[in-house]
Amino acid sequence: MNAIFAENLTKKFEDVTAVAGISFDVPRGELFGLLGPNGAGKTTTINMLSTLLKPTSGRAEIGGHDVSRERDAVRRRIGVVFQETALDSKLTGRENLEFHAMMYGLPREERKKRIGEVLALVELTDKAGTLVEKYSGGMKRRLEIGRGLIQHPEVLFLDEPTLGLDAQTRRHIWEYVKRLNREKSVTIVLTTHYMEEADFLCDRIAIMDHGRFVALDTPARLKDVLGGDVVSLEIKGGESCLDESFRRLPWIKKFARHGSEVSLTLEKGERRIAEIVTMAQSCGASVECVRLREPSLEDVFLHFTGHTIREQEADTGDWMRQMMLRGRRRS
Amino acid sequence: MIINGTAIAVLWLREMKRYLRAKSRIFGSLLQPLFFMVFLGLGFRKMPVPGMGEGLDYIQFLVPGILGMTLLFSSAMQGLSVLWDREFGFLKEIMVTPVSRTSIVLGRIAGGTTTTMIQGLLMLAMTFLLGFRIKGAVLFLWALAFMVLIAFTFIGIGLIFASRMKDSQGFGLIINFILFPLFFLSGALYPLNNLPRWIRALALVDPLTYGVDGLRGTLIGVSVHPVLIDFAVMIGFAVLMVILGTVFFQTSESV
Repeated sequence: MNAIFAENLTKKFEDVTAVAGISFDVPRGELFGLLGPNGAGKTTTINMLSTLLKPTSGRAEIGGHDVSRERDAVRRRIGVVFQETALDSKLTGRENLEFHAMMYGLPREERKKRIGEVLALVELTDKAGTLVEKYSGGMKRRLEIGRGLIQHPEVLFLDEPTLGLDAQTRRHIWEYVKRLNREKSVTIVLTTHYMEEADFLCDRIAIMDHGRFVALDTPARLKDVLGGDVVSLEIKGGESCLDESFRRLPWIKKFARHGSEVSLTLEKGERRIAEIVTMAQSCGASVECVRLREPSLEDVFLHFTGHTIREQEADTGDWMRQMMLRGRRRS
Repeated sequence: MIINGTAIAVLWLREMKRYLRAKSRIFGSLLQPLFFMVFLGLGFRKMPVPGMGEGLDYIQFLVPGILGMTLLFSSAMQGLSVLWDREFGFLKEIMVTPVSRTSIVLGRIAGGTTTTMIQGLLMLAMTFLLGFRIKGAVLFLWALAFMVLIAFTFIGIGLIFASRMKDSQGFGLIINFILFPLFFLSGALYPLNNLPRWIRALALVDPLTYGVDGLRGTLIGVSVHPVLIDFAVMIGFAVLMVILGTVFFQTSESV
């Protein structure tokens, strides 16, 4: 049976459609990623799957239980690490975990055992007695990930688990997440707008933009769609001769020129560079610079949406700020 | 509707820990009633206030009123703590657990009532230093019952407002436009029959009017309505507001 099943899941807020009818399955034990810019609808999707928001239409199930009709059954099966910190900063780390374990109705002995376990797992045993307000960002995140595991969830939702953390802590958290998924075979759904995070962690990735899935596959297969590596060159002179030869060559799948910069899409790019440079020289052009790039998820994103994730962020960022300002003023 | 005792207990425990760790909050929220007591009590001590009751000092009259005020503000703060939880994200942590929403509300009411009672009793203890004396042990138990009912009523009202608000900034408005009128209309500071008739009509729908009157009846033995009437009305308000508060909280968006 699938851990998660969603069919035409939709959420509208007044006139804004945050999630526009997405359908997908997540098999047990998978590490599933939702990749997309801010405002793409990732958090709204998580909020619906974790029973915090009622879908406007469509449906979803966690472990065979409907997220809007069997909320308590769903809640017993999931753990959630929210995008923003959801800790009580006036309690200690251990007290936050104790609160959580009691809310899930774990008996005293079991509570003690599991709290000890997760504290060790996220390496906070020696900080357990400190008030959370004294914790660093990374420690808070680790405590929250640990907390999400206390009730032994079938599905763990991680909403932007490494947002705003330094590179080292991010690496650390990636390793935890991978280990959890492997060793405890927890199904994990993770949202991120970091390409490398999705690439490193996820078995499958859904690329989300404007509330829709524009692609859903393994990272490798998503990158295959682009048809190979990209070689980009900075070339001076011999434009027409070169463009002509590049267009004629069968192994060049795509060719584009922006001024003196030329980019070629081809397979096994590293084996063709010499040939390309010789060709340029025979056209009387001088090659200033050559770069070889294997396709990244960034390119995949661009391919499917027609814009880069950063362009999109700049737009939604402005839009969000305005909305927040407006919201402030209204209340 | 399942009542989850463990969940109620841990929600209560959390409230207690937060309360005891915020020493400045305990102290700060006692200052306001203390100032009212000292400056109004001493300032108006020698002034004749008609309709107060035979042979009463103004300060005697004032103590139950200021106690009512302490309870009013302290219990309505429970609404503010819901909003803080919303702002600091902890509300989501609570709402995503498999605990019935009714139990969550009951846990909050339990916590809020306890802190409100502590504030009220600390305030009464201070008036003891100013020379206030209670009438007797049995009447004092009745007064405690009134205090609990006042706490329930205004925690309920606080939850109603908190459930429909996104952040704590708007709560200041609630305090100014709802709590202060409720306080002044309740007859906490002066006998209500000194007010124009149309304002007195408003006072009749203010729960705190019956709360303060009941506290006067039980603490100083003087009241406008019979104490049992006050008690019955307060039970009605408390039940109504707790139910409304629960319904509003259950239907509110948690994100």
